[in-house]
Parts: sequence; structure tokens; C-alpha cells
Amino acid sequence: MDHLDQLEAQSIFIFRDAFARLKKIALLWSLGKDSNVMIWLARKAFFGRMPFPALHVDTGKKFPEMYRFRDHYGKEWELDLRVEPCPPIDAVDPTLPPAARSAARKTEGLKMALAKFGFDGLIAGIRRDEEATRAKERVFSPRGLEGNWDVRDQPPEFWDHFNASPPQGAHLRIHPILHWTEADIWAYTKRENIPIIPLYLAKDGKRYRSLGDQDITNPVASTASTIDEILVELEQTKVPERAGRALDHETEDAFERLRVAGYL
Amino acid sequence: MNMIVTSATPATPNGTTSMPNGTTRPQVRIVIVGHVDHGKSTLVGRLLHETGSLPEGKLEMLKAVSARRGMPFEWSFLLDALQTERDQGITIDTTQIRFRTNSRDIVLIDAPGHAEFLRNMITGASQADGAVLIIDALEGVRDQTRRHGYLLHLLGVKQVAIVVNKMDRVDFSADRFKEISDEISAHLKGLGVTPTAVIPISARDGDGVAERTDRIGWYKGPTVVEALDRLEPARPLEALALRLPVQAIYKFDDRRIVAGRIESGSLKAGDEIVIMPAGKIARIKTVESWPVTPVATRQGAGRSVGITLDRELFVERGDIIAHADAAPRETRRLRARIFWLHDKPLAKGDQLLVRCGPKESRATVVAIEKAVDPGELESSENKAIGRNHVGEIDISLSNPIATDPYTENPRTGRLVIEVSGRIAGGGLVLSVDAGQRAVPVDIVPVESALRPDERSARYQHNGAVVWLTGLPASGKSTLAKALERRLFTDGGSPILLDGDTLRAGLNGDLGFSAADRSENIRRLAEVATHLARNGHIAIVAAVSPAREDRATARRIADTTFREIYVATPAEVCESRDPKGHYAKARSGALQSFTGIGNDYQPPQGAELTIDTSTRSVADATDAIEQMLKASGVLFDEVVDLAANI
Repeated sequence: MDHLDQLEAQSIFIFRDAFARLKKIALLWSLGKDSNVMIWLARKAFFGRMPFPALHVDTGKKFPEMYRFRDHYGKEWELDLRVEPCPPIDAVDPTLPPAARSAARKTEGLKMALAKFGFDGLIAGIRRDEEATRAKERVFSPRGLEGNWDVRDQPPEFWDHFNASPPQGAHLRIHPILHWTEADIWAYTKRENIPIIPLYLAKDGKRYRSLGDQDITNPVASTASTIDEILVELEQTKVPERAGRALDHETEDAFERLRVAGYL
Repeated sequence: MNMIVTSATPATPNGTTSMPNGTTRPQVRIVIVGHVDHGKSTLVGRLLHETGSLPEGKLEMLKAVSARRGMPFEWSFLLDALQTERDQGITIDTTQIRFRTNSRDIVLIDAPGHAEFLRNMITGASQADGAVLIIDALEGVRDQTRRHGYLLHLLGVKQVAIVVNKMDRVDFSADRFKEISDEISAHLKGLGVTPTAVIPISARDGDGVAERTDRIGWYKGPTVVEALDRLEPARPLEALALRLPVQAIYKFDDRRIVAGRIESGSLKAGDEIVIMPAGKIARIKTVESWPVTPVATRQGAGRSVGITLDRELFVERGDIIAHADAAPRETRRLRARIFWLHDKPLAKGDQLLVRCGPKESRATVVAIEKAVDPGELESSENKAIGRNHVGEIDISLSNPIATDPYTENPRTGRLVIEVSGRIAGGGLVLSVDAGQRAVPVDIVPVESALRPDERSARYQHNGAVVWLTGLPASGKSTLAKALERRLFTDGGSPILLDGDTLRAGLNGDLGFSAADRSENIRRLAEVATHLARNGHIAIVAAVSPAREDRATARRIADTTFREIYVATPAEVCESRDPKGHYAKARSGALQSFTGIGNDYQPPQGAELTIDTSTRSVADATDAIEQMLKASGVLFDEVVDLAANI
């Protein structure tokens, strides 16, 4: 059993546990490389089908390539796709710095979708290696009634025993690829031949390492135009994955504030 | 902020890491523990630096932040990434960090030392193959040091390297080092743990971490990096007996797939297996997968698999699949060593939910054999186990479970305890009080010569368990007999299982204690389910006062179960008293009689409720027939045979 097999098996275990123990779950599909791997893993876990909806909380500001990808593979993979809009910018906390405020629309859109469908579990594709507050996450992470995350009062989780009883009206975030790294995602995408959005591959000396909204995501300098070249680049680079995400760099704690409030 | 090196080969649950060139490096998971402020974060920061594991510019960035705040640079800043942590100066939760020594991939489970966050430390340490216990050279062994040492022992972490930090504050005194070394070694030896090394260091300056500097020239042992390089990875799980705890059964298409993760051992199509705790034998027909299926190769520990069986057996979440000649023990009673994290102390008599893998069972604490404050290491009175304390307890389970002592199988030999839906403690299975059933190597169920659909076609109904519950004299037997007659007249195959009748024979060995009553219901349910699986309608008439027992019956009979609550008012029942039981009970001549008192627990989710004081027998029988039609037991017309295969 090689390294990717082990990662895959652990993720499948988490998917099956979430499906068995929660009543109504959905997978958050951001259309990026991580959530595409998640859908693939879900289909592995459930022998070809994903027995719960894929939820795209849509800011309306994604790249056209991302929308094309969504519409195509939503059909091809036979997903129960739910696209939910986000509220306008005026509706979110004006004390946040501009990019974070823009991203916070997604938190609000997520809350609206939760209220609309009554999900008690949301599967999200965050990874420990992405960013320091995510490194602190649980696999089954309880959220308060407002979708908020209390980093100081997380339930103990050990030996793959997860807490799966959210209080009435609250929900759990489930993180099936928390233990993966960026390099794992690419190696697995290649091995399994999972489709990707071409924006990840270098064009004119630049590529996107992480895809978000158009106005707050920037490409990084790169010549990696195949997955193999991306893997080599990751071996060598010491530039963090989210370097192109504006909101991570506005203030020291902007990202943490977002996450505590319920952001992914 | 990216804490973890992207170039390092990442963590896996256990064992080894594959390298691009095909070789493997042993992977070891370690935890660093110790008293708050003894320097854990500093050591981790230093280790990352010394092993070349920091992203470029990281160190410079932190130095700049420190300068801007007018603070001297601290290695611990590397870990204290959260704003709150910077404010409080303590590490709150578990973070996993990876780095490499010469021959090992190390996954560092960073655990906080502050007493308030002990549960997080346990969360981290429970996954570790080895540990580093850190002690401040000036302060020496403290409560928290002892507590962490004890917890490592409790968690079964046998490889512990001791690091005596801040040697710079005691002028690198060999005497002071020896003093601490002797004290902690004696403490750990008392727990059955021998330190793999005791190392003097200054994490801040770098002495003893990756290099033996002049200032500790008197020290001849390994550095921290060398000590980590010598840790042994965990025993390969594939070498142990097969354990496949069932997570779920999927019927997305015509396959009935039993899904779960192989915790130990391996399996392959064709293997003869036993499903515990029921002890049913089957063969693995296929190992299913996606996108390509079936899988022909042997599947080993760590794999999340799906299998199909060569016969239709009742399998449910929480069952354990094993090879027939090496099955886990089935028990309703076990002894466990637990650590308790809940605010309310755990006391004898407490009702809990125990989870052993995916298996859940309600449980009662029968005895508390030991209760220890790991800081003081003094047994308190054996009445309760307080928050953050540990102890040994005997647990009685309401459902039988299959498990192993943790010394035989670390994966299946552990459990967690839930209170109000939240994990409140966890522990290791020390011993199992094996159940009455021997390991069922010789049991091979023989399937009927007839398929269920052949009978359905003849009887115009599917098999079912119709369970009538209600107070004595509520009219259960009368209704049951009327229903039996009606179904038979219509060409069906009904069979009456009256509780009292079976007590005269099959259940003649049982009394009226709660445990015996549960067993009585379980046997009734097993017999009824057997009949239902063979296409008959088993009509059970039994008081079955306990909701939990009826829930068990429903679990056993699964989708064939239909519950009818005969909800005749108590005073009507007593006025009828056809068997004279109420009169006897009132006079004290009949003990443990349900009906006098409040020990009947009415159903909450019955398929049908009937009050015989307001309804005729014929009318009530009509209602039952209607319900059986509506829920697919009785057919209105001849149905397509193929649809039922």
C-alpha cells in the first residue's frame, strides 16, 4: 500500500463515517483541485456514486473556466448539484479588510444555504498544510449555531473516533482530506486522471496555485505546464500555496477572524 | 502562513513512506510533551530549523515580526501561529508537523502542555509511536511532567526519550542533569517505561539538538535528532489477525456491499469469514471497488474496502468481520483503562455510550477499580474518576460487542466513551470477559432449499415480524390469533409466537430479571426473524415492556419488523385479568409483574396503535391488515416474481 493508497483509504473511511452518522450532508464543491479530488474519493467510497448533494456557494465572481468545468462535470459525474448565491458586499462586516470582506460573502452564502436545506454536515476540502489555523482543525469539526468555530473548545478526537452529534440547528464540518498536502493532491490527480481546470497550468510564465474569486486571486510565477512539472515545482518551491490569495496577507489575523466566523 | 514543508514526504496512518525511487523510509509518529514553559515549542522550532524543514523566508519573517513588536526572537514563534496563542503564550491545540532525520520520516504531533488543554495532549499522544518528554533543568520534574509520563504509559507509548532543556540556565551542570535524569528514570521505571535516552540540551541555543556542543562535552549519548532516528515504527498491522469493522452496508445497485476499513490483517475473495458478535459464517464472494471492480489482489490493513458475501446474512454497522479461525471475543462485559475528560466525574452506576470502532453500545459502569490523578499518582477513593484523571473500570454492555485486548490488537482494543454526543473519555481494553458463545468455527448456517420469493409467490406476502406489545391483558394474544386466522384464510403462512408459550419451552431457563427479560425478547426476535426470512409472517405477542429490548428486536428483524402497540388503558386491562395475574400481583403473590407500577415503556415509533377498549377484534384486525398492505408485506395482486429476487 503506497502513500497515496493510505491517504485515499483514510479519506474513504471519513466519508463513510460521515454518511453513516449524519442525517443530511452535502459536499462543498469550490471547483478547485482539492474539492475535485474529494468528489473522486466520495465516488470511490460509495462505489461510483456520490449519495449526497454537491453544494456550490457561488460568489458569481469565479473564472469562466471554473463555471464551464462545473457545468460539464456536474453532469458527467451525475452530481446532485445545488448552486447557491451569496449576498452582496454591503451585507458583510465592514470592519474586515477589502479582500477578506469580499471572501466573507461566501460565509454568509454558506449560512443561507445551510438554513435553506437544513444540512447537519458539510464536507469541506481544507488541508492542514494550507494554512496555520487549518492545521488546528478536527476531522469532524463542530460549528456553533451561527456557523462559528470555537478554536478553544474543540471536542477531543482520537483513534478515528469523531464527534458526530451537532446540537440542534448547528452543523458539523467534515474534513476528509485534512491529512493531505498540496503535492499529494497533484500526485493523486495525476494517478487517477482526475480532470482539472487549465488555469492551474502555466501560461505565459504564470499559473494559479489556488483558485478563488477573480478579483482576489493572483497567479504565481511558474513554468509548470503539466502536473509532473507542478510536482517538481512543489519539490523546489518554498513559496506558500496561498501566496496568491490576497485575503491571507492583509493583516496578521484576517484569516483567523474569517475562519472563527465560519469561513472555510 | 505555511507551516509544513511541502518538500517533505507526508504523513500516513502508520508504517512506512514510499519514496519516488521505490525505497521506503520508516515513518514514526512522535509527540513532545512536558510541563508548560519547559520549552516544547522552542525545541520544535529548533528541530525544524536544524533539519532544514522551514520554508524560505519564514525565519526572517518571524524575526521581523518580533523586532516590530520589540520582542526578542523566540523559536516558539514558529508554532504559535494563532493570534490567541501569541497573546497567551501557550499552544492550544494539536498540530502535525513533518521533518526528516537520516533514516526516518518523523510526524511530530505537537501537543500543548497547559493543564487546561490536557484533552488535546491526549488527542495527540494517542496516535504516537514514540514520545519526547521535556523537563526544565532549573525547575526539574514537575507535576505536569509526572502526569504526562504517566499518560504516555497509559496510552501504551513505550518509546520515550527524555530531554532536559535549558541546560544553559544551570551552567550545563552534569550533576544537575544526573539528578533530574535519575528522578525521571525512576518515575518512568515505576510505570514500566524505560527511557530510550536522556539528553541534556539547550533548545534555544541548539546544544544537544542536532549537535553535541563543547558546553555539554561531558555527555556521550545521542542528540535529540539521533534519538528520533532510532525510534522504531509501530508493529505492522498486516501481520495481525483480520479485523474488518463494518461501517455500513450499501445497496446502491444489485450488489449488497459490506463496507469498512481493514484495521488489521488482510482479506481476499474466497476467504471464509465469521461475522461477530453473531458468529455467522460466510465466504467473501468479491472485493468491490470503483472505477474498476472486482479486485482480485489481497487487501491489507489500512484499506477501506467493500466486500460482497456468498450468502444473504444480516450484517450491520459495528459488526466485526474476521477469519473464522481467529475471531475476536464476543462479550457483554469488559475491563478498560480509561482517561476521563468530562467535567462531571465518572462514577459507578453511570450510564454511558461506549464506542468500539463503529460499534455503539449503551453501557453501565459496574465497578471502578482504580482512580488516579496522574499528576499526584495517588489513588483517590475508588468512587469516581475526576476530570483529567485516569482509572480502570468494569463496564457492562447492553449489546454484545466483539473486541480484543489492546495488547493483542491495538486497533480494535480501544474504545471511547460518549456523554451527550461528545467524546468524554477514551481508553484501552485490558481484558474481555468472553461471552457464553465459543468461537464459532464449526457453525456453518444451512440456507433453505427455497428462495424467499418462491414462498412470497405462493403466500402473496413477504416475510415479516409483526410484534404486538402492550400491558398484560391488553388484548395482544386475542388480536394475534384473529390475525393468524385471517392471514391463513387468505392463503398466507402466519405463525403465532406467544411470549408465554415460548417461556414454557425455548425460554424455560429464563426468569424475570431485567437481563433475563432482555434475553427472552432477543430469542423471540431471533426465532421470529428466522421465520420472516423464510417468507412466513411471525406474529409475536409479548408484553416486552422495555423500549430498549424492543429496539433490539427491531435491529435483529431489520426491515421485516412491524410494531403494533396495543394501547388499551391500564384499568381496562386490570378489570379483564383473564389469567388472574393482576389479582395475584395485587396480593403480592406474583413478583416482577408488568402492569402494576410504571415499568411499561410505551413505543414511540410503532407502525400501528390499537386500543382494544374502543375497537372490535374484527375492526382491529382490519387495521392491521391495512397496515401490512400499506407497508408492502401483503400484496394486493400477483406481483412479478423477478421484482422480488
